[in-house]
Amino acid sequence: MSAELDIAAQVLELVRHRAPNAAAEVFVETHRLALTRFANSFIHQNVADEGTSVWLRLHHDGRTAIGSANIGPLSSLDDFVARTLTASQLLPVDPSWPGLNGAESAEAALHGQNNLDEATFHASPDDRAAVVRAFVDAAEGLPTAGYCRTTGSTAAYANTAGRSVTGAASTAAVDAIARTPSSDGVARIASVRLSDMDGARLGAVAVAKARAGTEPVTLPAGQYPVVLEPAAVIDVLISLGLYGFNGKALLERRSFIAPGEAQFDPVISLVDDPTLGLPFDIEGTPKRRLNLVTDGVTQTAVHDRRTAAALKVSSTGHAIAGGARLGPFPQNLLLSPAPEAPAGSSTVDDLPIADPSVAPLIAGMERGLLVSDLWYTRVLDPRTVVMTGLTRNGVWLIENGELVRPVRNLRFTQSYPSALAPGAVRAVGSRAITIPYNWGLLTATAPALAVESWNFTGDATG
Amino acid sequence: MSFFEVADAAVAAAIEAGARYADARVMHRRYESMSVRNTEVEDLTQTEDAGIGVRALVGSSWGFHALPDLTEAGARRAGRAATEIARASARVPGPPLELVEVEVRVDSWANPCRIDPLSVSLSEKGDLLVETTRLMVEHGADIAEASYSIWDARIWFTSSAGHRIEQHIRKCGAGSSATAIGEHETQRRSSPRQYGTAGWELVEDLDLIGSAPQLASEARALLTAPPCPEGTTTLILGSEQMALQIHESVGHAVELDRILGWEAAFAGTSWLDLSQLGNLQYGSPLMNITADPTIPGALGSFGYDDEGTPAAPRDIVRDGIWVGVLAGRDSAAVAGLDYAGSVRSDGWARLPMVRMTNVGLLPGPHSLEEMIAETSEGVFMETNRSWSIDDKRLNFQFGCEIGWEIRNGKRGRMLRNPTYTGIGPVFWRSMDMLGGADELIVWGTPNCGKGQPSQIGHTGHPAVPARFTNVRVGVRG
Repeated sequence: MSAELDIAAQVLELVRHRAPNAAAEVFVETHRLALTRFANSFIHQNVADEGTSVWLRLHHDGRTAIGSANIGPLSSLDDFVARTLTASQLLPVDPSWPGLNGAESAEAALHGQNNLDEATFHASPDDRAAVVRAFVDAAEGLPTAGYCRTTGSTAAYANTAGRSVTGAASTAAVDAIARTPSSDGVARIASVRLSDMDGARLGAVAVAKARAGTEPVTLPAGQYPVVLEPAAVIDVLISLGLYGFNGKALLERRSFIAPGEAQFDPVISLVDDPTLGLPFDIEGTPKRRLNLVTDGVTQTAVHDRRTAAALKVSSTGHAIAGGARLGPFPQNLLLSPAPEAPAGSSTVDDLPIADPSVAPLIAGMERGLLVSDLWYTRVLDPRTVVMTGLTRNGVWLIENGELVRPVRNLRFTQSYPSALAPGAVRAVGSRAITIPYNWGLLTATAPALAVESWNFTGDATG
Repeated sequence: MSFFEVADAAVAAAIEAGARYADARVMHRRYESMSVRNTEVEDLTQTEDAGIGVRALVGSSWGFHALPDLTEAGARRAGRAATEIARASARVPGPPLELVEVEVRVDSWANPCRIDPLSVSLSEKGDLLVETTRLMVEHGADIAEASYSIWDARIWFTSSAGHRIEQHIRKCGAGSSATAIGEHETQRRSSPRQYGTAGWELVEDLDLIGSAPQLASEARALLTAPPCPEGTTTLILGSEQMALQIHESVGHAVELDRILGWEAAFAGTSWLDLSQLGNLQYGSPLMNITADPTIPGALGSFGYDDEGTPAAPRDIVRDGIWVGVLAGRDSAAVAGLDYAGSVRSDGWARLPMVRMTNVGLLPGPHSLEEMIAETSEGVFMETNRSWSIDDKRLNFQFGCEIGWEIRNGKRGRMLRNPTYTGIGPVFWRSMDMLGGADELIVWGTPNCGKGQPSQIGHTGHPAVPARFTNVRVGVRG
C-alpha cells in the first residue's frame, strides 16, 4: 500500500467511526515542486517545496462538506475529520449530490501508465541549474530570463464505496526569453522528462527570435490574417476550454458549444489527452483521451460527477480541488496537427524565426502577421468568448509568403470561436509542441494555425 | 519547542551549511470560504496548513526551501536545503549583492478584529449568502452568486540578523453578483467586493441583502441596453473601477523587481526607468499616490513585511511626479535605494517577493456629482468586468459591468459592455477632476497573481471617483 493510500484509508476509517452512514471520498497527494528562475542572465529565485495534502468530501444526512489540510504538525487526522463532519451538519441539504464512484476496477480503466519519469521526480537543484546555464550560455551575451521547473506527484484516492486508485506523475518545463533593447524572443517546452529540456537549443531559438524582432515598426489597427505560433494557439485553446468546453458553463447555458454541430472549421480536431499529470481526477474517475471537436464538429464538454449527473452523462475525469465554482475544464488540450505539411514551398525554412513546420503556413499567406504569443488575455463576454489581450515576444509582417519585418506589439479584441469557425481557418501546422501555460501547472499541445482574420484594435503604444 | 525556536533552528542550519544570511517564517494558516449559487451552497471549503519556509543567501545567490514539518529536525532539514539550493543558484551567479539595512526588531503585531470571522457560525454565514441569492433570483437573475472568504494566519519570523517578530493577521470579505443570460450574451452586476484586514464586522457593513434586488434588475436591464458607443470622450470612473485602474497601471508599474527586469519573462517589466525617479510626470497635478501598509483595516496592511521591515507609508506619486517604488531589501540595494518594506509571500511554501501593499489615491477637491454636472458629453463607468494590460504596464483595456451616458451635465441612458483603453501616463495626465475625502473607499483586491510558482497577493487600494478627458471608449470585437 502506498503512503498516500494508507493515509486515505485512515481518514475513511475515522469517518466510519464518527458517521457510519456517511459517504466519503479522500484524495491524498504528495507533491514536489522546484523552480529555478533567472533574469538578467543570473539565477535570482530558486525555490523548492514538498508536502502531503489531504482532501476530504463527505456527504452525511443529505449535506455535503469539503475539508482540506496538509499532513503536518498542528492537527490530527481525527480533528480534521471531525471539523469537516461538523461543517456538513451546519449546511443546508445538498439536492444535487452526485454520489460516489463505484468500486468497479478503476485501476484497469486508467489511461496507460503513470506519466512518471523517476529522474525528473528526483531532480536536484544542480540539474535545473545546468539547464539554465546552457540556456544563458547559448544567448551569445543577450540578457535572458525565465525558468526551469520540475514537479513530482504521488497520489491516492479512496472512498467509502470501495474504490481506491493510486498514481504518480512528473513534469518538467522550460519557459524563457532572450532580450534585445527592442525585442524579446521566447522558447518553451513541457514534458514528463527533464532530459527533454535542451537548454542550449532552447536558448538558441530564443536568441534567434529576439534578434529577428529588433527595431519593430508600427502597423495600423485592423483585421489581419494571422499565423499563430503554438504558444498563441494554446491561449486560444485554453480559453475555449475554460468558457466553452466547461461542463458547468454548458449546464448553465453560459457556453457557446452545441454538441453535434459544425461550429469549427473542418481542419480543427481537438482532444483532451492526459499524457501529463495524474491518471485520475480528485473524484477517482480515470482520465482518458476525449474528443472535444472532430473535423470541426463539436462533440462534448468535460465533466465532473456533479455536472455529469445534472446532464445525465458520465464524468470525464475533470474534477479538481476547489473547482466547484469554476466548473470542470480540459486540463491537457491537444489540437491535432495536420497529417503532413500543407502544399507550397517555403522561403523561410532557413530563417530562425519560426519552426520549419510553421514555414508552409507563412508561405501561403499574401499579407498578414506571424504572432508568437498572446498575453494578458481576458474575456469580455464569456458566452461568445470575446477576448482582449496583446501580442508578445514577437510579431512579424508577412508579405507574399515571406517575413518582411518585425512589428510592434498590438492589442486585439477577438471572438476566439469566430476565429476558428467554419471557413475561417486556412491551415494547421504539421508539428504539435507541448507548452507550459502562463498560470499554474497547465500545459497544452498545439501546432501553429493560420486563420483568415484577427481583429487588432490598436498598437501597444496607443 | 516554540515556533520561534523552530524558525531559529532552520536559520542556524542554513548558516552552518554556509549561508551568509538566512531567515525563516513559520506559519499556521486557516482559510474558509463558502459560495452559494441560486440559494444552494455549492462549495464550503475549510483548509488548514502549517509549515516553514527558509531563505538562504550564499554569495549573491538565493535559495528557498519549504516543508510542512515543524520539528527541530524538519526545520534544520529545510535550512540546509535552502543553502544547498543557493549553492546551485551560484552556478549562474549575479553581481555582488548587499541587502539594504533594516532595523532589527523583536516585536509582535495583530490587526484590529472586532468579530473573529471564524467564530461566526457557518449557518449564520450561509443564511446571509442564501438570502442574498434568493432575492437576486426573485428580481430577475438567472444566476445569483454570493460568497465570502476568511484568512487567518499566524507568523513567526526570525533571521540571522536577530529579527524575532510574531504577527497574527486576520482578513475577510464578501461579495455577490447577478447574471442575466440573453440569447447571445450574458450580463452581470456585482456588489462591491470588499475585503480587508478586519473581522466579520466588515461583511456585516456590506449590506449584501439590501443591494441584491437592484443588482438583479440592472443585470436584466443591461441585456437590452444600448451598447457603449465607440469614440473618444470624457470618462468618469467610479471608485471601485479606480481601484483597479490604480492597481494595474500604477501599482504593478512601480514594483522595483519589474523595473529591474526580474519579472521580464512572465509578469513583465515596467515602462518606468529608474533614471526618471523624481522627475517623471506620471499624471496630472491632482495625482497623489501613496503605498501605505499602516492603514487600519486595509487588505494590504501588516505590521512587518516578510523580510522583517516595519510597515511605513511612502509617497509613490506626489503632485503628479513619480517619486517612489515598492521594494525589497535586495532589489532596493541593486537600485541604489535605501528603503524596502514591500516584500510578501502568500504562504510558508512560497518565496517572499515584491508585492503591493495599500497603493491608492489621496482624495481631491471635487465630487462625483460635480464631475457629472460639469460634463457636457461623456460616459460614466462602474465595476470592473475585465482587465488586460501589456507587459510594460503601459497599454490597458478595461471593461466595466455598467455604464451611463452623460449629456449636458446629467446621467442618461444605461449602456452595456462599456470598455475604455489608453496609455498609462497619457491617461493619468488627463485626469482633471478627483473625488473628495468623503467619497474615499479603501478597496481590497484578494486575487493579485504574480510570481513563478504563482502566488496570490492581497492588496489594498484607497480610491475616489475621477474624471479623464479624451479617452477612447467602446472598443469591441
